[in-house]
Order: sequence, then C-alpha cells, then structure tokens
Amino acid sequence: MPRIAIILGCIALAVLPLLGASGYQLFQLTLVVTYAVAILGLNLVTGYNGQVSLGHGAFYAVGAYTTAILMDKFAVPYWATLPVAAVICAVFGFLIGLPALRLGGLYLALTTFALSVAVPQLLKYKLFDDYTGGVQGIVIDKPDAPFGLALNSDQWVYLFTLAVGIVCFVLIANLVKGRIGRAMIAIRDQPLAAEAMGIDIAMLKTYTFAVSAMITGIAGSLGAVAVQFVAPDAFGAPLSLTFFVGFVVGGGASIVGPIFGAIFVEFIPNIADQISKAAPGAVYGVLLIALMFVAPGGCASIVRKLAARMPWNRKTT
Amino acid sequence: MDGVLHQVFSGIASGGIYASIALALVMIFTATHHVNFAQGEMAMFSTYIALTLIQAGVPYWIAFFATVIFAMVVGVIVQKVLMEPLMNAPVLASVGVFIGLLFIFNSTAGWIFTYTLKPFPSPFGEGGPLFGGFFSRHELGSTAITLVVLLSVWAFFRFTRLGLAMRAAAYNPTSSRLSGVPVATMLALGWGLASGIGAIAGMMVAPIVFLDPNMMAGVLLYAFAGALLGGITNPLGAVVGGFIVGVIENLGGAYVVGTELKLSMALIIIVVVLTLKPAGLFGKVLSSRV
Repeated sequence: MPRIAIILGCIALAVLPLLGASGYQLFQLTLVVTYAVAILGLNLVTGYNGQVSLGHGAFYAVGAYTTAILMDKFAVPYWATLPVAAVICAVFGFLIGLPALRLGGLYLALTTFALSVAVPQLLKYKLFDDYTGGVQGIVIDKPDAPFGLALNSDQWVYLFTLAVGIVCFVLIANLVKGRIGRAMIAIRDQPLAAEAMGIDIAMLKTYTFAVSAMITGIAGSLGAVAVQFVAPDAFGAPLSLTFFVGFVVGGGASIVGPIFGAIFVEFIPNIADQISKAAPGAVYGVLLIALMFVAPGGCASIVRKLAARMPWNRKTT
Repeated sequence: MDGVLHQVFSGIASGGIYASIALALVMIFTATHHVNFAQGEMAMFSTYIALTLIQAGVPYWIAFFATVIFAMVVGVIVQKVLMEPLMNAPVLASVGVFIGLLFIFNSTAGWIFTYTLKPFPSPFGEGGPLFGGFFSRHELGSTAITLVVLLSVWAFFRFTRLGLAMRAAAYNPTSSRLSGVPVATMLALGWGLASGIGAIAGMMVAPIVFLDPNMMAGVLLYAFAGALLGGITNPLGAVVGGFIVGVIENLGGAYVVGTELKLSMALIIIVVVLTLKPAGLFGKVLSSRV
C-alpha cells in the first residue's frame, strides 16, 4: 500500500472519532487501540518468531500496575510512566523467557499459561499490599488535555493512546522488515538453517520475547490510563486468552492482523451479549470457531488475498 | 508429624486427580501434538451431567458410567466435527477452536446449571476418617478409582489390538494407514478416551472443591505441571508427575507459601523443571537430526 494512504488513514483515525463519537464510543476505540498494541506484542513473539505465549496478560498487568503505582504513590505524570513500564516489562519478559525459550514451543505455552493464572494471586499477595492496594486495586485520575487544547479528557486519552499505538506499530513494522525480523522468521521456519547461518537462536528468541513483553507492557500502561483503574482479577488467565484469541483471529505474522483481532475481542463479546444474554460466552465461542473454519489463517490472510487482487498489485503477465 | 502425613495423603488424593487429567492431556498430545485447553471444561460439563442424573434419582454408579459414556461420545463428536476438518489447517487455527470450545462449555454450563457452587455427592459415604485420620473416605476411594482407571488405560494400550492400533496411529500415521489401521477413527477414539478419563477426574474432584463452571481452572494447571514434571511424552511419567505435584502443592500450601499463593506453586514447579530437567523425570530427551 502506498505510504501516503497509511498516513492519511492515521489522520482519519485521529480526527473522525473526535467529530462524531460519544464519550463511551471513544473509550471503546481507545481500548481497541490498546488491545491492538498488546496483540502486536504477542504477534511479534508468536506470529513472527513462532513461540506460543499464553501469558501476555501478565506483561499487560505489569505495565498497568507500573503506571498505576507510579501515578498513585509517586505522583508521576501518566506520560512519564510509559517508558518506565516499557523497561520493567522488557526486563521481566527477558527473565521469564530465559528458562522457557530454550525449549520447544509447547513448554513456553505452558509456562506462560501458568504465569497468567498466577498473576492475580501474586498481585493480591499481602507483602505488596501497600503498593498494589490488594484486592481493591488502585484508582487513578483521568488526564486532561495539555496546552489548553479544546478537547475533553476522553478525546485526549484517545489521541494520546492512538499516537503511542502508531509509534509502536511503526517500530515493529520496521523491526520485522529488517535484518533482525528476517532472523526471527528464519528461526520460526527453519531453526537449524538459521543456526547454521550464525544466528544465536536462544539469545534472539529471548530478546524477541523481551521486546514483545515491552510492547504489551506499554499497552498495559495505556489501558490503565484509559480505564483509570487496576485490580488483580482483571489480569488473570481470561485476559491472556483474550489476547491470544485476538492474535489468532487477526492472523499471525501480520502487522494489520492485530487491529482486526483487537476489533474482534472488543466488539464481538458485546454482539454475543446481544444475541444471547444467557450464554454470551457460548455465542462468542461459536463465532470464534466459525471464523477459524472460514479463515484458518485469520483476518490477515483474507486481507492478503484481497490485496493481491487490487489493481496495483496485479501482476501483468 | 501427623499433620505432615495428613498433608501428604491428601496430596496423594488430589494428585491422583491431576494425574488423570495429565494423562488425558498427554494422550491427546502424543496423538495429535495439540494441547487441549478445553479438557478441563469438558470434564466439568460431564460432571454436571452426572449431578443432573443423580438428582433425577439415578443410582450413583449408573450415573457414573452413563456420564463416562456421554463424555466419550462428546469427545468423539468434537474430534470428528471440529478437529478433523482442520487437520491440515495452521496449528493456531486448532488452538483457536480449543479456546472457542472452552468458552462454549464454560458458558453453557453457567447458563444451564447456574454459576452457584453446588455440592457433589461422594460415592464413598461421609463416614469418619480411616487409618488414624490420615485419609478421608473420599480421598481413599478417589485414589483407588484413579489407580484403577490408570491401570486399565495402561493395560488397554499394552495388551489389546485396539490399543496397539491407537499407539501406532499416533506414532506413525502414514505407516499405520498403509498397514490398514484406520487412523482417523483411532484419533477420534483417543479423543473419546481422553474425554472419558477427564469426566472421571471431574466426578472425583467435585466432592472436594464443589461443582461450579470454573472448577477445573486450577486443576488443569496442576495437571499441566504434572505432565511436564513427568515428561509430556510419557503417559506413566505424567501420572507419577501428577501425584508428585499433588503432594508438593499440599505440603507447600500448608507449610511454605500459604493457600493464597498455591496456584503460583504450579508456576514455580514448571519453571524449576524446565530449568533443571527439561525433558521431565521420565521423558525422552528429544534430539533433532541435522
């Protein structure tokens, strides 16, 4: 796609919702962007590097709690908490990845799944109560628009989140296009050949995991600012599953995939709720399975097929 | 000292349940290289069926066997209807289906049977503790049932033609097909068997933890840890691993970390095993040919 179209698209994403969307709709859009960034992080490690992680909710939680604690206890402004959360999550991801990534994908899946289940318990643990607020969690203030901009805080949070999100997407898109990205894909497809080419598999996998954790941690920070509240039970295994569902729906190894995945996990539960108040989860599950049958490669594979038919991509033979 | 022994014994009892679920996981894993995330939910759903039958006045053991057969049929149907068409799809698509199944079973159970905790009867009676108070009746009974199940599964795979065919289909599908083993049917049977074992585990664990749609979440995690500890490629290892995890969980919960952090113990076990002995206690060390 021409670069100019992407830039115009980003501007449209920034401006259009400000004109028409209500506060709640803006909040939903903010969450879509947040989820898209979180799923982007997961996509980097699972889609491009082939390492299945079922515990990215843990990194999201760490990011969210870092922001909440810094804002609540140390009166740090919200924007300044993002880099801190990013660094902490990267280190955390590195430490988790170090033992698990040296082994096959399934072991990482199990370790990260256990991590995601353990997170709410660890957050509730009494020793950290002073910081984490225990079961009650932490309430944080909504940031107002700076520089006297004529925006209400919903609009400002949306713009801020979108800006950070676009930066993350551009960074990752460039990362996977470059040498390191090719090495990641090589590890996923042909680990032996990659090793023979001189790629340090274990190290690159661990770094990829760290970067992925960092991106998802940033999403967690953004999420905390948007929701203005963090509590342990919001960050259990269901959150990690949500990210994974978003990732699978969006499609692996794709930059646009996470956006579709985020839209799915944000809006489909509401639709499922409207279809059946009694068992929304069942409707959600059926929709998910149906999508897997229609598009086993996720939405990104459909987009790829459509794009290949577009006039500017059609090969002249 | 008595306290420690008591914890060890109840650890063995819950370990038996983890062992069953771990066995079901390993069976599906060796046959299809998938980890069935919906295993616990399927077991939970079957347990509700058992409860419904019992409340309708069906004697316990008839309800028990009816439930196991129901669970096996569900397992076969899931494999035939959902997994088989996706045989050649990307692995992630089948993971998506597993997660979808998890939501469906969980939500349907909550819808039909409500989310309130329900007591589940134990077939072994409420009578006083046995063996000087180390074992409750249910713990003893459920451990015995688990052992019977595990032994019969082992005997089935070891001594029957069908078991041999199933092992062959899992080990080398192409050669098996050439020798006349109906691989697709074997896979479906494997799913059915795993689902039936899960149902038994569900009915054994329900009297201890009470029945609710989220009952199996913790159990599944310990089962994972057990399967990993024993070696995920080895059914016997998975069983032993399940028992060990049960004991560690109970001792750790009682003396080391407290009940609040019990689930985190599973994480610690998994990380320690992966760091020190990645193939598990009994697993084969997999080497790849260059």
